[in-house]
Amino acid sequence: MRSGAWKYGALGVASLLGGGAAWAAPTPGGIDFQTPVTETAKRVHAFHTEVLIIITAIVIFVTLLLVWVMIRYNKKANPNPKQFSHNTTIEIIWTVAPVLILVWIAKGSFPMLYDQDVMFGVKSLDNLSAQERAAEVELRKEENVVDIKVYGNMWYWDYTYNQNTDREFIVESRMLKAGDTTRPLKPERGDIAQLSVDNPMVAPAGRYVRLKISAKDVIHSWAMPQFALKVDAVPGRLNQLWFKVDQPGVYYGQCSELCGKDHSNMPIELRILEWDQYNQWLAAAQADPTNGGRAYLDSLPRPRPSPTQVAAAQ
Amino acid sequence: MANEAKHAAGHGHDHAHDHAHDHHDPKWYSPARWLFSTNHKDIGTLYLIFAMGAGIVGFVFSGFMRAELAEPGLQLFNGTAFGGFFGTEHNYNVITTMHGLIMIFFMVMPALIGGFGNWFVPLMIGAPDMAMPRMNNISFWLLPVSFFLLILSMFVPGPPGDMGFGGGWVLYPPLSGTTGHPGLAMDLVIFSLHVAGISSILGAINFIVTILNMRAPGMTIHKMPLFAWSVLVTAFLLVLALPVLAGALTMLLTDRNFGSKFFEVSGGGDPIMFQHLFWFFGHPEVYIMILPGFGIISHVVSTFSRKPVFGYLAMAYAMVAIGFIGFVVWAHHMYTVGMDVNLKAYFVAATMVIAVPTGVKIFSWIATMWGGSIEFKVPMLWAIGFIFLFTVGGVTGVVLANAGVDHSLHDTYYVVAHFHYVLSLGAVFTLFCGWYYWFEKMWGIKYNGFIAGVHFWLMFIGSNLIFFPQHFLGMQGMPRRYVDYAEAFSEWHYWSTMGYWVAAAATVVFFIGLLEAVIRRRKAEGNPWGEGATTLEWTLSSPPPFHQYNDLPRFK
Repeated sequence: MRSGAWKYGALGVASLLGGGAAWAAPTPGGIDFQTPVTETAKRVHAFHTEVLIIITAIVIFVTLLLVWVMIRYNKKANPNPKQFSHNTTIEIIWTVAPVLILVWIAKGSFPMLYDQDVMFGVKSLDNLSAQERAAEVELRKEENVVDIKVYGNMWYWDYTYNQNTDREFIVESRMLKAGDTTRPLKPERGDIAQLSVDNPMVAPAGRYVRLKISAKDVIHSWAMPQFALKVDAVPGRLNQLWFKVDQPGVYYGQCSELCGKDHSNMPIELRILEWDQYNQWLAAAQADPTNGGRAYLDSLPRPRPSPTQVAAAQ
Repeated sequence: MANEAKHAAGHGHDHAHDHAHDHHDPKWYSPARWLFSTNHKDIGTLYLIFAMGAGIVGFVFSGFMRAELAEPGLQLFNGTAFGGFFGTEHNYNVITTMHGLIMIFFMVMPALIGGFGNWFVPLMIGAPDMAMPRMNNISFWLLPVSFFLLILSMFVPGPPGDMGFGGGWVLYPPLSGTTGHPGLAMDLVIFSLHVAGISSILGAINFIVTILNMRAPGMTIHKMPLFAWSVLVTAFLLVLALPVLAGALTMLLTDRNFGSKFFEVSGGGDPIMFQHLFWFFGHPEVYIMILPGFGIISHVVSTFSRKPVFGYLAMAYAMVAIGFIGFVVWAHHMYTVGMDVNLKAYFVAATMVIAVPTGVKIFSWIATMWGGSIEFKVPMLWAIGFIFLFTVGGVTGVVLANAGVDHSLHDTYYVVAHFHYVLSLGAVFTLFCGWYYWFEKMWGIKYNGFIAGVHFWLMFIGSNLIFFPQHFLGMQGMPRRYVDYAEAFSEWHYWSTMGYWVAAAATVVFFIGLLEAVIRRRKAEGNPWGEGATTLEWTLSSPPPFHQYNDLPRFK
């Protein structure tokens, strides 16, 4: 188990050396968020870091106070206790100061929340150059937004692509297991146990992607840590998420609402492709949705280092 | 009148011949004393023994979880380990569900409210007993029945092909409906929680009536000890919150058995409505678990600093404020269900407000110590440990309050770490704090200070080692309620499991300490803590007489 952790560390190093397409997954022994890849996620990451500094300072402050009273006011140091029990000034201070801290936190928290939940975010286009603004307006046109329907099932995800109604098809996405006959888990191919699936969800880079999320049996939850996204898949409800990733790569998430026996066995693998590759995949997958365009995906350069590359890097 | 006088005279006679014991103080081994008890101290003792038993079960269950999660892959719940004793992955979900329900409804609540509340609210307010002693009896005896139903649910069919209910303590439909668990197990869980709810409501009514009507002459509500205040606020929360849970459970029951469609999408129902109802109960519930502990900490800090509580009124009304705000923040448990963004924004604001009265409490405890003459007796160790750990658990609550961040952390181990810091290291630390503070008073014997100190330090190290690394797991995205995980998460899971073994050692030391005290039987003092212990229970002998305050104490 220990040695396995080191191996993943080496993979991480190798991926840095490899450059190009991103691959990201939980880091062994990691203590921070997974590397954020969208603007939204970067904003969440930065906000969390600010709050983390504040709460760490508060804990250190309270700890210092406790240490001080334990040293200064223990029985030996202070045999005769004072008997005061009120001090209006200090009480006002310790009520008002937390309020001010909270107001400061809220000042960052609300815009961040609206930026996540409102489609396209709340970023003003005024600061962009005319050219950039035109490109952005073009991207936000309804026909340029990529819609993918996501359904949670016991215990797998399925993704419906219906960008053009005549091409609607469904890709079912199940976790890879070591013993499977059709497509067994192969670490040497770069598969990650408990995270890799047979047919990943595929979306284009550089476009606004809108997910409509629901479930067919019980509640599931579609989560993508690197995008700071999570929303429940609830039967009878259609929830919505949006993201825009600029970097092609492979990203992992896991079902995040208890859904029964195999709750831990329905991960999410999201493959982000360049726009033209995405369209080729669409055609391939539509022709053979059962295999989700897997052959085409396998023909592309790997978005993550293989063990051979890792060995080369070492 | 003549009869009464004669009766009284008869008592005097008995006392003179030392026979009063036979009449007033039934032998401890008499089953009738416990089964039919109307004595608040005996019922309190029953609650504490019950909580201890249930606590062992809940703790062993968490041991199963930590053993399973010690490394990636399936260790226990793979269908073959120990002759298939642990069954399959579904049973892991059953164990987490039962761990949660047992620790909340059958360990923390019975111990803090039923146990210490029954024992010390009447003693502290100068009342001879609870207002409704027979209702007190039924409040307790419903609990073993409820616990039996819950345990029974593990051994009857749940989902197709498996036994027990594995849908989490939050019981969300459709997983808890016929879609996920068509078997009888969920119906037994519902019935169990109904009975536990009735038990708690009856107990809460008893506390409210007792505290409002039976305070000693001179003890106005603004002179009442803070532990009584904390139980009063808790009792109001119980009376207001539990009926909502009962309603939601009843709707779930009729959905499951009688064809109603409250939470069934196919009939126009909405599973999210259950979550709103559940958390309208569930959020006050977390304050129900911690408020009595707040009361205990105030007394312990004041006693061992030999100083009155700083800002008494602010302390009392901070608890009232926490209780009140506790009812208007429930949907912060549901940021990811797909709520409107404006609704989320409201719940962010309301939730952050709770940090203010909580801060008042933390700072007031420190101000109580400031200028005092602190003795580091065992209860004080637990109290200081609590203040530190509750601060850690509290500030991660501020992080989670921000919906934008919670989208990343919801249903990850960060949340598990947060609520175990405020419960497992918060409520449980106050529980042990009260246990050692009142040990002599309750049992009439002294505990061994060294063993109790070892218990504290092992527990402090163990529980931090279990739960601090879980913050890291949550940040990295490790979801809750997972029986298996990607290898990258193994490092911190390993340490978390190591922490469990330290906490297990602490638990063994706790029972060794109890056993040692029972065997040695060192005679207790009425007030072992000296001048700092100012509440009424310390004016009585240890243990207190079977019936106290035949002449009501006057309170200045």
